[in-house]
Amino acid sequence: MSQGTQLRWQRATVLSHRAAAEEIAEIVLAGEAPLFTEPGAHIDVRVLPGRTDSESVRSYSVVEGAADGSWVKVGVRRSPTSRGGSRFMHALKPGDALEVTAPLQNFPLRVGAPRYVLLAGGVGITAIHAMARVLKRLGTDYQLIFVGRSRPAMAFLEELREEHGPRLRLSVDDEGDVLDVHELLADVDASTEFYMCGPIRLMDAVRRAWIERGLPLPNLRYETFGNSGWFDPEEFELRIRGSERNTVVSSEESILEALERVGVEPMYDCRKGECGLCVVKAQQLNGVIDHRDVFFDEEEKSSDTKLCVCVSRVASRSGAGAEACGADSSAHARPSLTLDFP
Amino acid sequence: MTDLSPSGATAKNMAYPLNAWYVAGWDYEVNRKKILSRKIADRPMALYRTEEGRPVALTDACWHRLAPLSMGSLVGPDGVQCPYHGLQYNSAGRCTFMPAQKTINPSAMVNSFPVVERHRFIWVWPGDPMLADAALIPDMHQMGSDEWAGDGKTIEVRANYQLVLDNLMDLTHEEFLHSSSIGQKELSESDIEVTHDDRTVTVSRFMENIDAPPFWLKNMRDKFPDFEGKVDRWQIIEFQMPSTICIDVGVAKAGTGGLTGDRSQGVNGYVMNTISPVDQANAMYYWAFMRNYRLESQRITTELRDGVHGVFAEDEEMLTAQQQAIVENPDHEFYNLNIDAGGMWVRRLIQRAVEAERSMMASDADLSDAKG
Repeated sequence: MSQGTQLRWQRATVLSHRAAAEEIAEIVLAGEAPLFTEPGAHIDVRVLPGRTDSESVRSYSVVEGAADGSWVKVGVRRSPTSRGGSRFMHALKPGDALEVTAPLQNFPLRVGAPRYVLLAGGVGITAIHAMARVLKRLGTDYQLIFVGRSRPAMAFLEELREEHGPRLRLSVDDEGDVLDVHELLADVDASTEFYMCGPIRLMDAVRRAWIERGLPLPNLRYETFGNSGWFDPEEFELRIRGSERNTVVSSEESILEALERVGVEPMYDCRKGECGLCVVKAQQLNGVIDHRDVFFDEEEKSSDTKLCVCVSRVASRSGAGAEACGADSSAHARPSLTLDFP
Repeated sequence: MTDLSPSGATAKNMAYPLNAWYVAGWDYEVNRKKILSRKIADRPMALYRTEEGRPVALTDACWHRLAPLSMGSLVGPDGVQCPYHGLQYNSAGRCTFMPAQKTINPSAMVNSFPVVERHRFIWVWPGDPMLADAALIPDMHQMGSDEWAGDGKTIEVRANYQLVLDNLMDLTHEEFLHSSSIGQKELSESDIEVTHDDRTVTVSRFMENIDAPPFWLKNMRDKFPDFEGKVDRWQIIEFQMPSTICIDVGVAKAGTGGLTGDRSQGVNGYVMNTISPVDQANAMYYWAFMRNYRLESQRITTELRDGVHGVFAEDEEMLTAQQQAIVENPDHEFYNLNIDAGGMWVRRLIQRAVEAERSMMASDADLSDAKG
């Protein structure tokens, strides 16, 4: 659903604010009107008070909601490259007012499948938590895998363990327990539904393995807010073919935002790399395109001829994560890209 | 939705519970020849069967531009293709194909409603799928039993579904509306007894030693060709949530025990009725007449179906006129009579169900009120 056009905003109040894990705040909000939620739902929040454009909006998954709609709980990770969203959310205190939408649903859990696998990476647990609870309540066959960097960085660990017991499987990087995606999918069959939310690398690995195994793609459900990539965000030059409006995209803004800043008017909608409306042709690339979208398939991504400007970036070949891509690390200079608007 | 509280129990257009099973069509209407479009409780649905024969109900609006999927075609073992841009969905409502791209947008899906095939009908659950329990489907076992024979039809009523329920819960109207077939003055003269629990309401009426009205005289003579004389007549109306009414009806030779258990000297029928709200001003009224005698006779099945159809056409005409009058007289309230006791219990059970759902779910009204 496109953001900003049909949403109804309401005022909400912070009921409580505490640390759920390292860098993750658990925030409980009460709305003016009841906030009824369902598994997979998120709320949109205006994180730049005073602004009402779509730039000011961030989406946060609802971890849990009261049955009577009196409150919802969200979990927010402080992003090292925050453009203002997580900084705003982390600075909230009980009693503070903010503007939110009612819970919106783009990631519905379908009931009725014979078996489920839920996979959460890091703060992705916020989207998965309520799904696991419903599957447990319905008595279904499910498995919950929670992947994290270290235990102190993994939110809601204790309550998840209590609720799900042996159905919960942890995979903690700094304990040397790295998730083997192929092993995870080994006993998944065509009737299993798989829901995941987490860093793009994890989801991409699952997606590749899923396709490799010939499992039905519609059973692989995921949500991405387009906020993680293969490389750390860095500054790069952006040129527009046949135009004087060249600029530098900072590590804190998207190409789309930079284009708007210099007065170019691209078409876009979802702002999370799903719809493909913002696709632009790429030319004269110096560096690598960090495709953070789910619109292109692997072949299209590797050809680097087009990109979704709402989420994708350019990284120097020496950027973090380059090894994972097999890129060499000898390149230097500020990366750059020329866009070819028709 | 309007008119619910505080006087919801006398509302002229009642709201409907969503967490409930409603009939979407007869079993034969849902097939692989044509995708059936039906609206239930304001939700447009596209109904079809998979290659395995399993009935499916999807939202009848493509995720992309809301083109009706019922105008599209069946694809693969269990899917449909949108008639406009060719997006395809499987029976779970998951998009399986998008034009002009190699991937599928992970948000793309349409709602897939829980569906159960039972009692010769296709039942759907328009509300929260996690609450859909097939054990809550009303008992209409006569529809599929070897001990009963019969058939029915569908009436598309241009009236709120509640008016149909009112109509069936009070059969006093037979004396006036159906005077040439099943009506007789003893209907109004005899007392009714009303009982209820959380999900059912029962209205019983017994008439002793009366003349059989034309419809029942014919049925008696189908079973007892030489029958003459008086009969005892019964009507036991049972409502089951949210909108099914099965009526045990019949007559037996007077004084042979028809009213106390021995129906061997009589004829017994069941009028099966289940009503699905389409929207506030329209309903689909599915009915059948089942009997437990002369099971082998297709002639009797056809005659009964056509006879009841004629009787129900009189009801349809009245319900449509009543709805029209409601629209034209917005300031007039409904008043109730003692004969409405059964219908009023039905209204109370429905009102409670709707209020319970409202306390659990956000309504548009709540949100727009709060918007300010």
